[in-house]
Amino acid sequence: MTAVYEPWDETRGAEIIAEHAKQEGATLVILHALQEAFGYVPEAAIPMVAQALNLSRAEVHGVFTFYHDFRHKPAGRHVLKLCRAEACQAAGGDALAARAEAKLGVPLGNTTADDRVTLEPIYCLGLCATAPSAMLDGRLIGRLDEKRLDALVAEAQR
Amino acid sequence: MSMRLFVSRDAGAVAVGADEVALALEQAAAKRGVTVEIVRTGSRGMYWLEPLVEVATPQGRIAFGPVSETDVPSLLDALASNTPHLLRLGATDEIPWLKRQTRLTFARCGVIDPRSLDDYRAHGGYKGLERALSLGSDAILVEVTASGLRGRGGAGFPTGIKWKTVAQAKADRKFIVCNADEGDSGTFADRMIMEGDPFLVIEGMTTAGITVGATKGYIYIRSEYPHAVEAMNAAIKAAKRGGYLGDKIGGSTSSFDLEVRVGAGAYVCGEETSLLESLEGRRGLVRAKPPLPAHHGLFGKPTVINNVLSFAAIPFILAEGAKAYTDFGMGRSRGTMPIQLAGNIRHGGLFETAFGVTLGELVDDVGGGTFTGRPVRAVQVGGPLGAYFPRALFDTPFDYEAFAARDGLIGHGGIVVFDDSVDMRRQARFAMEFCAIESCGKCTPCRIGSTRGVETIEKIIRGERVSENLALVEDLCNTMKFGSLCALGGFTPYPVLSALKHFREDFAPIPTTLQAAE
Repeated sequence: MTAVYEPWDETRGAEIIAEHAKQEGATLVILHALQEAFGYVPEAAIPMVAQALNLSRAEVHGVFTFYHDFRHKPAGRHVLKLCRAEACQAAGGDALAARAEAKLGVPLGNTTADDRVTLEPIYCLGLCATAPSAMLDGRLIGRLDEKRLDALVAEAQR
Repeated sequence: MSMRLFVSRDAGAVAVGADEVALALEQAAAKRGVTVEIVRTGSRGMYWLEPLVEVATPQGRIAFGPVSETDVPSLLDALASNTPHLLRLGATDEIPWLKRQTRLTFARCGVIDPRSLDDYRAHGGYKGLERALSLGSDAILVEVTASGLRGRGGAGFPTGIKWKTVAQAKADRKFIVCNADEGDSGTFADRMIMEGDPFLVIEGMTTAGITVGATKGYIYIRSEYPHAVEAMNAAIKAAKRGGYLGDKIGGSTSSFDLEVRVGAGAYVCGEETSLLESLEGRRGLVRAKPPLPAHHGLFGKPTVINNVLSFAAIPFILAEGAKAYTDFGMGRSRGTMPIQLAGNIRHGGLFETAFGVTLGELVDDVGGGTFTGRPVRAVQVGGPLGAYFPRALFDTPFDYEAFAARDGLIGHGGIVVFDDSVDMRRQARFAMEFCAIESCGKCTPCRIGSTRGVETIEKIIRGERVSENLALVEDLCNTMKFGSLCALGGFTPYPVLSALKHFREDFAPIPTTLQAAE
């Protein structure tokens, strides 16, 4: 299933920010909430977060860029994450990652030209006893092999 | 007829089809007019048998696995007629892999419904907290200290001393923080216990709260663990409803509240001071210590910050007494360690046992060697910052000091097995690369050293001035080890140097005595 996001809307953004601004140390909570709503954290939201939390724009921008999770633009329609950490490497993850890159025609960390699939590395899904593992739009897949990977890639391309 | 079945809802089981199996069981049973109650438990930790299906019988639970959707009709047939089935494993408790463990922390994981406070209580839950409430702060500190419990996140710092420091600190507010940023590859014990027995973590944190006088706690869970986030949130809600969180917990005069906060994909936030920065809403930059979090922690207040497994060990210690815990283990490593067997391994999963078991027993005997069937060549113990051990060191007992003596660490108890196809140059390069990706950037040895490390190891791989560059990598590792602010830069040398030391043949031809040219 594809995640459905709202288009960026300033009023809605302000609502989300206000909803969480009272919490202590709210920056990450707000950035998560914005990304959950819009699929990414729009540039325009950064100064709004800064104002709500009485921080500088630079501080919020700094937090936003520090964490791998936050996107500055929408991802592809589907996001395929391949675990690239040691346990999955030990179980043949390197070859599967190369195969996914070849099939999709983009290196890890990129989105296909048709905006259908974003292929990303992830450092450990904690499924290390059923390695290699992957995540397609939030759905977990363990014991990945060539056949399962091909099916996932085909599903993501649909 | 009516049946009670158990299927795991653990992410590791779901990843191999547990949801589909549960659904198929429900539908097939309905079609046959059989009433089934399917309890979604945590995982027993035997991942090669997942999806595991258990059925309640008067003699205890009987296990079947690994079950796929297509096995469901024949499984129901066998259950209805009480006839043998190919996937039948017998009584779950009698499965040797499970039976030889000492499950103190994971006693309930895979057994109870993690969404049910009643089930938790029916299986001995909250006995520890009840005793703690009757003991009072000083006596709890005596118990925790006497148990010998050391921080299960990896550093191994005595939990009792940490708690005592915070208990003695004077402040208007204090905090309890649970480090659930389990980023090490090969580790999944935190995830399993949060998904399979979340009330245990809540009970441990609540005990810490009443001990040190903190009324608010945070569980910082990594974003890669959405199932754990969901499980913890559901459990917190249920605990609040049941009077185990909030005002007057368990009918006492103490108050304690909990909140889940979700990380955002930064490995370094597993470092405690970086985690505190992140919780405060900032970049996860490591803080210099001192001051210690116990004095100057979250929002500048005295803070107990412990790993999930440390908090999860507490209820047993208080319910059964420190002696019952400290009776297990060796040397200064007391109690049990939930060990995680991962990577290229036949019988991967969670194996909780007393300290002292050897690495070889764990890999060969318990783990059954590699999944691929090829010889085991290297095992990385303790995550991306842990050393690679060759077979020659398989006699090392699982113990904080024994691993340190061999230039390794047990870390969070993860063991990743590699077969003989592994190229240790690549693993050494990856250790540096991972450090470069995840470095918070605050200190130079980590930030710059890791990038230079990748470049230099790449030169070695290309065969450029190999011996000079090997010397350079060793020198760089020393700089990182002694000059970095935290364990990320400071421990990245462990995998690199251990690869160089124990697997030298991968980096350069074995040096032979050179004959003089003239």
